Amino acid sequence: IVKQLVFSNLTIGYRCDSHLDSCMATLTTVGETSVCPLIPGLIQREGGSMEQEMGELRRYRTQSISRGEFALSDSFYFYRKGLESIVDDQVTQRFSSEELVSWNLLTRTNHNFHYISLRLTIIWGLGVIIRYCVLFPLRITLAIIGLSWLVIGTTLVGFLPKNRVKTWLSELVHLMCYRICARGLSATIQYHNKENKPQKGGICVANHTSPIDIVILANDGCYAMVGQCHGGLMGVIQRSMVRSCPHVWFERSEMRDRHAVTSRLRAHVAAKTNLPILIFPEGTCINNTSVMMFKKGSFEIGGTIYPVAIKYDPRFGDAFWNSAKYNMVSYLLRMMTSWAIVVNVWYLPPMTREEGEDAAQFANRVKSAIAHQGGLLDMAWDGSLKRDKVKEEFKEQQQKMYSSMVVGKKRRKSETFRKDNQDTVILE
Amino acid sequence: MGSRASTLLREEEIEEIKKETGFSHSQITRLYSRFTSLDKGENGTLSREDFQRIPELAINPLGDRIINAFFPEGLDREDQVNFRGFMRTLAHFRPIEDNEKNKDPTASEPLNSRTNKLLFAFRLYDLDRDDKISRDELLQVLRMMVGVNISDEQLGSIADRTIQEADQNGDNSISFNEFIKVLEKVDVEQKMSIRFLH
Repeated sequence: IVKQLVFSNLTIGYRCDSHLDSCMATLTTVGETSVCPLIPGLIQREGGSMEQEMGELRRYRTQSISRGEFALSDSFYFYRKGLESIVDDQVTQRFSSEELVSWNLLTRTNHNFHYISLRLTIIWGLGVIIRYCVLFPLRITLAIIGLSWLVIGTTLVGFLPKNRVKTWLSELVHLMCYRICARGLSATIQYHNKENKPQKGGICVANHTSPIDIVILANDGCYAMVGQCHGGLMGVIQRSMVRSCPHVWFERSEMRDRHAVTSRLRAHVAAKTNLPILIFPEGTCINNTSVMMFKKGSFEIGGTIYPVAIKYDPRFGDAFWNSAKYNMVSYLLRMMTSWAIVVNVWYLPPMTREEGEDAAQFANRVKSAIAHQGGLLDMAWDGSLKRDKVKEEFKEQQQKMYSSMVVGKKRRKSETFRKDNQDTVILE
Repeated sequence: MGSRASTLLREEEIEEIKKETGFSHSQITRLYSRFTSLDKGENGTLSREDFQRIPELAINPLGDRIINAFFPEGLDREDQVNFRGFMRTLAHFRPIEDNEKNKDPTASEPLNSRTNKLLFAFRLYDLDRDDKISRDELLQVLRMMVGVNISDEQLGSIADRTIQEADQNGDNSISFNEFIKVLEKVDVEQKMSIRFLH
């Protein structure tokens, strides 16, 4: 069954309207048929760029579009685009769990309950008993053992003086704990291209779906974690981990100062004996059907970037953490009562920033590589749209583009927009 | 086990919506899923904020006008639209099917006929519902579409020219019939339709 899960993507090849240049989405293909296809969208988006559509709308008029001018039918273009986005947009669906094509006997994935048959209900009932009464207690025990061993082990190793034995022991302890924790989630992980595994002094970037990503990656190697200092149980774990090998924990106040953050990370990377840092540049959890904009901060540190693509198989359990809906504890509970967590991890060849490429472009390049490998949609939208409003700039871009059509060919600025297809104009 | 609250769609409702709007059964259920996913408050209705949360709509220059179209009662901030209203507005954008043209001529015109599509577009210009697009109303929409990129004078002259071209009875505004006349060569069926998949 695990072998079967080496799936890739569909050959849908559908492009979003090119006029929304700042949010182009392209579904790329990697050949073979997929094992778990995506549900087809509600509508089929047609039409070309804004210019093309306007040209067609104005065809009834005697003047050509190069003369400019306004037509009452121009607004039809915007109306249609607006209605299309109300029915089916690319962004909001990324912040909720992926819909499955067929039910996998978990209530949580059953969006529209239809009573189908008695037999199915009985099977579902059996499933519930197995998951909650058999699997769940076992998993919780393992998780508790794993976490406590992490704390105890790292504290013990912390007493040793800084030498090679300590490093070796610390790695051993970390690996052991993460492996126990992974068993505690019934995680089946398949690593591909292990020759590209992140090396010391590098930066590992991956797409983010849930906090479990850390456990998944740390099963196969040791990383230096980056994150905020928490209180409570997390704080205890963080403090003890730092004792055995250097991680980078930030105080909340430090997080605001981008330069401080970058310099600390840079210092960590510069010391070539430190473990590779693990960063999730999306900044928030996305539902594992797409990769959203990578924040360029991580790509300004320098050093070699080791991209990693993580893809969960949604049929065995939904790994996405919808932080708006569930808190950490209920999320972990749901994880531990799924069938299993089945993951594919691809290590991609290392990348470095090229000459003449700025951090944002580099970030996009890495993002495309990860999306391509993992069979995810490569989107230029910002993951922070989960909580924040979209920037006014994008609306202004569209207005500008349209204005040039009203004014005429003299001040044609829309050419430049069409050339940069993949690149975004996002500044943060 | 079961659905969330009592907002699940009943069969009778689906039939009524089918008759009113012409969408198929599966389209209605899928649009209902979409409706509920937009409904963050989970109370069976959508507010303006729910629409504005869609990034692609928020960056659309005429986004606010489109959202208005779902709330016909007025510009009251507290307005909510239920699923029936949602479907009724969406029905305007259903493509016109050939077999519908031969249907019973005494039945009322379907929501997605050419005239009704044009009426929908007309109402998006005509904010005060006086059945005329005045110069001011036209200017408002123009301003929304071009942003800050064109000066007031230039925009004013564009509006004047447009009204001049369309106006036939000399009242310096565009009535619905004049609107239809100007756009009679536009392929409204295709441009104001969304291809819904089954």
